[in-house]
Amino acid sequence: MARPKLAVFKFASCDGCQLTLLDCEDELLPVADRVEIADFREASSDWVGGPFDLTLVEGSITTAEDARRIQEIRAQSRVLVTIGACATSGGIQALRNFADVQEYQRVVYARPDFIRTLATSTPVQDHVRVDFELRGCPINKSQLIEVISAYLGNRAPNVPTESVCVECKRRGNVCVLVARGTPCLGPVTQTGCGALCPSFDRGCYGCFGPQDSPNFPALTGKLGELGMDPPSIRRFFRTFNANAPAFRAAGDAAEPPKEAR
Amino acid sequence: MTDRTIAVDYLARVEGEGALRVRIHDRSVEEVELKIFEPPRFFEAFLRGRSYLEAPDITARICGICPVAYQMSACHAMERGLGLTVSPAVRALRRLLYCGEWIESHALHVYLLHLPDFLGYPDAIRMAKEHRGAVEKGLALKKVGNAIMSLLGGREIHPVNVRVGGFYRCPSREELETLRPQIVTALGLAEETVRLTAGLPFPSVEEEYEFVSLRHPEEYPMNEGDIVSSRGLRIPVDRFEEEFEEFQVPHSHALHARRRNGGSYLVGSMARYALNRDRLLPKADAIAREVGLEPVVRNPYRSIVVRAVETVQACEDALRILDAYRPPDRPWVEPTGALKPGACVAATEAPRGLLFHRYRLDATGLIQEARIVPPTSQNQKRIEDDVRDVVGRSLDLDEAGLTTECERAIRNHDPCISCATHFLTLDLVRSGGP
Repeated sequence: MARPKLAVFKFASCDGCQLTLLDCEDELLPVADRVEIADFREASSDWVGGPFDLTLVEGSITTAEDARRIQEIRAQSRVLVTIGACATSGGIQALRNFADVQEYQRVVYARPDFIRTLATSTPVQDHVRVDFELRGCPINKSQLIEVISAYLGNRAPNVPTESVCVECKRRGNVCVLVARGTPCLGPVTQTGCGALCPSFDRGCYGCFGPQDSPNFPALTGKLGELGMDPPSIRRFFRTFNANAPAFRAAGDAAEPPKEAR
Repeated sequence: MTDRTIAVDYLARVEGEGALRVRIHDRSVEEVELKIFEPPRFFEAFLRGRSYLEAPDITARICGICPVAYQMSACHAMERGLGLTVSPAVRALRRLLYCGEWIESHALHVYLLHLPDFLGYPDAIRMAKEHRGAVEKGLALKKVGNAIMSLLGGREIHPVNVRVGGFYRCPSREELETLRPQIVTALGLAEETVRLTAGLPFPSVEEEYEFVSLRHPEEYPMNEGDIVSSRGLRIPVDRFEEEFEEFQVPHSHALHARRRNGGSYLVGSMARYALNRDRLLPKADAIAREVGLEPVVRNPYRSIVVRAVETVQACEDALRILDAYRPPDRPWVEPTGALKPGACVAATEAPRGLLFHRYRLDATGLIQEARIVPPTSQNQKRIEDDVRDVVGRSLDLDEAGLTTECERAIRNHDPCISCATHFLTLDLVRSGGP
């Protein structure tokens, strides 16, 4: 039987999520024995065409050409999984969505007219149907292996959508928010990292995006009690998943945008 | 008169998206353009208005391959501007974290990206069918680099524990000691890597590089030192922008860099080694001598041996740090009283070379201006020069052969286009008669 064909494609991103696959040092060769790596340009100079059985997409859509390319990739893919905060919410570069991209271009480039970019950075699901979104900035290795195994085995991936708090309790961490008064996005953020930041005595900063049933008003109130002013609270929600709808709304609620005031 | 055109639409086994255009007329190379079409992400624009404390986490996201480099340059820049001095233990832990990134990044490039060029495979996976042992050793070495970063930073990509002023939490001596057996193994694997790579067949090529790197009074450079060049430049880091300039070209989303006198220059492992050969630790020095590695390597293909030697250096250094480590009294320091930020400037040695950061902060600690000059931006012009030379030497090759040689010339420098914005398509135009 022919091995299933795996492809990995990149859009606007840091390359970290596709590197996660190469960081699976113990699993990489066994996985490669089970699949045909049909297109993975960061790792191979030999690529064969589609159709692909499983396609992993990293990065957000920020150019007209990329908006076209993702359509082509979708058409070639039986199952399309987005990996990481850029592909699932627009990533850190979605901060342009709250600003004037032409002004951004002038700040970085002496000749902004050489640059071709869209005014927004958007997740892949805004453009094509996505079969599964794997969150994280970066994604978690074992969750990636779980997703690949699940689709190769024709079953749904088992990836929890509960909050970082649940994981933190499981690890027996002292709550940094309640016990130490450290601002923490754990209550509203999806688990997946293993509650890393609280394990290192710092507050969660939201790498995995909103959890399935977040209570933003309660957290926003608590952050205010800890002395954060509205612009700081808004900034806190607006980092690596700034454009995720729930984080976006929470940021606006903390400090309404100027035109709405 | 004949025209020849070769087009490669995407360079593989580099980090990011790019293309190359080469135009040849009558056996002379008229034009070489390294085109970086990785879409711009505007970090320097959206860093404005963010807290200085956020700079290490935000700039890490420029590159998933070398996030620690961004965290280190950002922290050192902020600390210099705010007048913070970290404890010797924190300084040592940062160096250890950086050793982890060097080991991981160099093992990735040597085994998964570069070695397939020498052994004639499209990738390490297919190379593993006949060289499984070598690929497994490379992965084992890489894994130890990642283990160092995970223990100190929480995870290997975008570590969470790095803070301006130190770390959020410093490990105990016992926690750190758990790394020792792995690093001892890695040191042996790295030494084997030097022997393996030194035995590869290399084209006999010498390039005239101006090497640029940091130089420290005692150590092989990582986080501190002056900027020096092989043509006699020696300046403190805050004078970087007086001697080096960024400029924009229509064909690339990454700014290029050059000396103010107009010349290209090279940063990265070959430059560090050429300018700091005398700072290698004993085992790295011994293995370089054993394989007869010259004190200055000008053959870009032999950069694979230099990276292997630097991997030995990083393992040896990591063990030295473990020997001396005592946890600091406080994991981090912060400014006391009103903020009076001065110039926030730093450069550190990313695996791919000098990474410069400059910020301006307001009195509340918010960033007003940010300037980041990554190693691949600096090397773009020099990589174009290397490609020009390789094409000039290889005009008699057919299109496929020439394309392969161009790609190899680029991969020699381990470019990271995510950093520079990202990488490659070869578009080769030949005109004129044979």
